[in-house]
Amino acid sequence: MNTAAQRATRLWTAAGIVGALVLTGCSAGTTPTATGPVSDADIQKALETPTDLLFWSWLPDVEDEVALFEKKYPAINVTVENVGQGPDHYAKVRAAIAAGAGAPDVIQLEYPYVSSFQLTDDLLDLSPYLPSDFSDGFVDWVWNQVSRGDQVLAIPQDSGPMGNLYRSDIYAQAGLTESPATWAEYADAAAIVKEKTGSYITDLPPNDAGAFIGLLWQAGIKPFAYEGGEKVGIAVDSPEAQEVAAYWQDLIDKDLVAVDPNFTDQWYQGLSSGKYAGWLTAAWGPVFLQGTASDTAGLWTAARLPQWAEGEDVSGNVGGSTSAVLSSSENPIAAAELAKFINTDEESITMLNQQQSLFPPQVSLLESQEFLAQKSEFFGGQEVNGLFADISTTVDSTFEWPPFMDYVYSSFEETIGAEIASGGDLSAGLTAWQAALEEYATGQGFTLE
Amino acid sequence: MATTAARRQRTAAYILLAPFLVIFVTMLVVPLIYSGYLSLFATRLVGGETFVFLDNYVRAFTDPRFLGGLLRMVQFLLIQVPIMLALALFLALALDSGRTAASKTARLSIFIPYAVPGVVATLMWGFLYGNDFGPIAQIFRQIGWDSPDFLSPTNVLGSMMNIVTWEFIGYNMIIMYAALRSIPTELYEAAEIDGAGRIRTAWSIKIPAIRPAIFLTVIFSIIGTFQLFNEPSLLSRIAPNAISSSFTPNLYAYSLAFVNRDINYAATIAFALGLVIMIISLVVQLASRKKESAS
Repeated sequence: MNTAAQRATRLWTAAGIVGALVLTGCSAGTTPTATGPVSDADIQKALETPTDLLFWSWLPDVEDEVALFEKKYPAINVTVENVGQGPDHYAKVRAAIAAGAGAPDVIQLEYPYVSSFQLTDDLLDLSPYLPSDFSDGFVDWVWNQVSRGDQVLAIPQDSGPMGNLYRSDIYAQAGLTESPATWAEYADAAAIVKEKTGSYITDLPPNDAGAFIGLLWQAGIKPFAYEGGEKVGIAVDSPEAQEVAAYWQDLIDKDLVAVDPNFTDQWYQGLSSGKYAGWLTAAWGPVFLQGTASDTAGLWTAARLPQWAEGEDVSGNVGGSTSAVLSSSENPIAAAELAKFINTDEESITMLNQQQSLFPPQVSLLESQEFLAQKSEFFGGQEVNGLFADISTTVDSTFEWPPFMDYVYSSFEETIGAEIASGGDLSAGLTAWQAALEEYATGQGFTLE
Repeated sequence: MATTAARRQRTAAYILLAPFLVIFVTMLVVPLIYSGYLSLFATRLVGGETFVFLDNYVRAFTDPRFLGGLLRMVQFLLIQVPIMLALALFLALALDSGRTAASKTARLSIFIPYAVPGVVATLMWGFLYGNDFGPIAQIFRQIGWDSPDFLSPTNVLGSMMNIVTWEFIGYNMIIMYAALRSIPTELYEAAEIDGAGRIRTAWSIKIPAIRPAIFLTVIFSIIGTFQLFNEPSLLSRIAPNAISSSFTPNLYAYSLAFVNRDINYAATIAFALGLVIMIISLVVQLASRKKESAS
């Protein structure tokens, strides 16, 4: 017998449960932000208390990793929302924080943006919620990106150590058997590739400050210095950076590298048509290529970046994200646990790697034989993971970002980026970039170091 | 008795207006006042908010990026708007004098671009303009010519004028066409008796008769031009170095707010832009009124 009355009762009971959940959610919200380490008992209690968490991320299907978390902690209900990618996402996070309501508990946060949110005290220091040996689980240079002294501002999710992905068939046509070991050899190779095959050895994107900064990073240049507070160092116009610019100036002047904006239709076309014989990119590049240049499967090879000095072995990083907890979160313990879980639970990080193709910063995965020995058909059976895992250990470990990356990116396009695009004066472009950044920084009240 | 009826009528009018007024005030007037208020302050990432009164406006009207954007829009206005309106007028007159079955199809096909959302239109044109794979570039290469780079810093403004013309020609044409249809036919008969040909009729009767409609399209175009945003914003993804963040004043306000995180100055730019549009519209209006009284 399923009468209307029964149905109504059931509805009301359900409503009652929801109401209770909301109430307990609120009462859990009064937990003060911990100053010392949070005890296991506190954590245990918080994780058993029915809680609603809001997680903003643009990682496709991150719901799957979140589902693992919810399975382990059934009392916690996580809502995942994708509010946009990169700058759009940050603009919305800032707006929600400013509004004082509706801000998420946990956000996806790229490494260069950690300082931006640190400046405004919007990130919860996660150190009280983490075991003391937690940092051992991550590669050094990645950990340095999220920690400030004793503070831990975010949990690393993926990373992008750089390498050179190239078309072995085009290289072979030009008579090259392997990726150039030094930048000098790379310039020579560029001339040969252009002459024999008509392809550009690579593209130097005039719109991607991240890629350019990655190249500076590899050259051992520290264009920015920031540790929190009001002092910021800007040195994009340093003599060393000028050397890197001069190197590319030479290639651009001789028409040996393309200067197309990346991640545009034209650029995708260039990758699959062989307009570019290679791509200087990060460890997430291989998977990306498989999607955009699938016709060329089997023709690609991954290698280390060319080096500035012979015998050296250093790399830089481009991209990668973290999970961070906003200090406005009313459920810091549960939120911290979510950020920690999806980026350290073995099942979750394996899934992040295999399903979302993220390149891991987690030592456990980087040392797993199964991960390292995985052969990629797209790269002609090469063990690409193994190569990038090796490269990951060669990334310079101290690299800092200024607390206004949005402006760093946009001003890049208008200064040195414009010079790259037009084949103009890269040196003057760097100087203009430096000037724009200094003007912005002082205008925003920072003191230049 | 009459006064009660009048009062009742007035009450009814207010009740009927209320929904509009509520939305108008909360969604338009209040935000306007708020952003005017914001524009009097300066917020810095370090140091917080201070009251600066009109300093932001002084900065705006001496800001080469804002002035550069305005100048670019004036250039746009002087070149694109006359071309677009002349074409729209020509098409409207052609359709009006044709009055055949085909004119319905023609009218629709000219109007269709306006029905395509601006975002889609820009993406489509972005593809057409593409340097390596765009159809235009391919045709040029087939003939053996060098294809022009539509998205280079020097050409991008012209490419954008083309997109906007394509998008809005139908809209302006419809306004003019509707006005043409409301001209009493007796006038045409009279003109015919006087021995006026088609061109003479168009020049001496039709165009003067629809002058208010043409004026309306001019004002709309001026406002639309200064508020250009979608087209430059979307094209900047494929031509990032040709379109700077201050390419148009509106784009500049947007990037100030969301990239530079300077909401106060963004509000100032928005207000200053509104002021400029108001002045130009007023000048155009006065000029047209003078002309009207002179003729």
